[in-house]
Amino acid sequence: MPAGKRSRSVVAALPWIGPALLLIFTIVLFPAGYMVWTSLRDVSEFGVDRGPAGLENYAKLLEFSALPRVLLNTAVWVVGVVTLTILISLALAQLLDKAFPGRRLVRLAVIVPWASSVVMTSIVFYYGLDPFYGVINRLLVDVGILAEPYGFTKNAVPAFAVSMAIAVFVSLPFTTYTLLAGLQSISHDVLEAAQVDGAGPARTYFEVILPNLRPALAVAAIINIINVFNSLPILRTITGSIPGYDADTTTTLIFKYIQAERQVDTASALSIVNFALVLVIILVYLRVVRPMRED
Amino acid sequence: MSRPGRNGRPRWLLSLAGGVIAFVFLAPYLIMAVGSFKTRSEILRVPPTYFPTEWHPENYINMWSTPETPLPYNLTSTIIISVSATILALLVAMPAAYYTARQNFPGRLIFLLLVLVTQMLQPTVLAAGLFRQFLTLGINDTWLAMILVNAAFNLSFAVWIMHSFFSGVPKEIEEAAALDGASRLQTLRRVTLPLVWPGIVTAVIFTFVAAWNEFAASLVILTTAENQPLSVALTKFVGQYQTSWQYVFGVSLVGIIPVVALFALIERRLVAGLTAGGVK
Repeated sequence: MPAGKRSRSVVAALPWIGPALLLIFTIVLFPAGYMVWTSLRDVSEFGVDRGPAGLENYAKLLEFSALPRVLLNTAVWVVGVVTLTILISLALAQLLDKAFPGRRLVRLAVIVPWASSVVMTSIVFYYGLDPFYGVINRLLVDVGILAEPYGFTKNAVPAFAVSMAIAVFVSLPFTTYTLLAGLQSISHDVLEAAQVDGAGPARTYFEVILPNLRPALAVAAIINIINVFNSLPILRTITGSIPGYDADTTTTLIFKYIQAERQVDTASALSIVNFALVLVIILVYLRVVRPMRED
Repeated sequence: MSRPGRNGRPRWLLSLAGGVIAFVFLAPYLIMAVGSFKTRSEILRVPPTYFPTEWHPENYINMWSTPETPLPYNLTSTIIISVSATILALLVAMPAAYYTARQNFPGRLIFLLLVLVTQMLQPTVLAAGLFRQFLTLGINDTWLAMILVNAAFNLSFAVWIMHSFFSGVPKEIEEAAALDGASRLQTLRRVTLPLVWPGIVTAVIFTFVAAWNEFAASLVILTTAENQPLSVALTKFVGQYQTSWQYVFGVSLVGIIPVVALFALIERRLVAGLTAGGVK
């Protein structure tokens, strides 16, 4: 291909991708760069820049004694929530793809947690699980699951587990709808051909439907990994009042550094580390699953 | 078209499963709805009551003029920011998604990777940097700032999902239309768009809901009470002690109902777009 044609096609692409580039550079990349810079500075708790700090802020993170626990929490949080979300969503999408009386109402019900603010949803769970006046706790006692009200939100481990359940709950609608859109974009002809060929439901699912769902699954998995990793409101609402770092992920720890510790420089360093972690997870995912493979 | 019950599973069984699922998904909001009618002393009672001993619909009037936050303003802010951000994101994302799916050009992969990278940099992570930048630009504490933030941070999802749908349209169909004498724009409108409609709808819904629910950046950037969206305003009700849960729940429902109603409109179009998407 002649060089002239290649450069012309970059210019031709600009009207299409230019606005997106502009928005990305001014609103996403610039503040990101500012944060990298902050992570290499010594900033006082009142925001005064006291000069270069080298890698001091990163070293401070490594010395932080709760770091192993926070990293373990982060791994459990991301892997647990994303895996459960996708498995449950595959089943939900399959059900919602079928015709049955009331399906439209069920679909509308499923999207309610998605339409609702995560802050609002977390708040009602926090209230409901209160050991004294929480109605969910009373229900669990009344149906015999619990002998007495339990302080789900009072200790790190149960509060973290509750937060994971809420994270799955609020991730299901988006994931289910993405997979549903994928299911519905599969041509009826393909499905009918499979039936004519005598393929049973299981074989049709694993050999026709799932391979066709791959692009939708890829989008759902990647977006979920990123959103779950960066999730703040759930853990902040449910575990925010628990002292210590036993229920923290790297994301919630960033906000503790900003607000409680007032260390914007260390928080910036942690944000950079956080971003690097997501990048590694995504690259591993792309490498192992190869979702964008074009046949 | 589909023949339910063909492999012996009665439809009422599907309806029953659907009903159970619907209840589970609605349960937290039913708790909100019931709680919003209780008095403060009842909602803090030990042990709790399932249903109010007395229903207090006047909670829905009283909660609008509370000292915590100017709620009518908060609702307005939420609507203006979400709608504007959705329109902006769609206008910017759709051409990019279409072009990257259809044309190969130097830097295409770099652009797509850049888009993916921006998705990882969420407002949650960048809140401090955004605050500092908008302060310098003099648009801190404005709707414009949050419209830009919400559009920019949801752009990648919109691009990715639409890119994936545009890529799913076989080139042969478009080439056949071109052979039949259709112009590029005609092909796009009559052949490609109907096929990728589900992707566009998904992008719109996702962007709007994400902007509606955005919390971390709004918390930092919108400092004036009147400018703040409901998600930030509601946290002011949650005190250390003796929370007015009934008001929190009432306001939450007011914040939830418009979005669910809007989704009902979009959902209908989603279904219509899908039935029109068959390849024939």
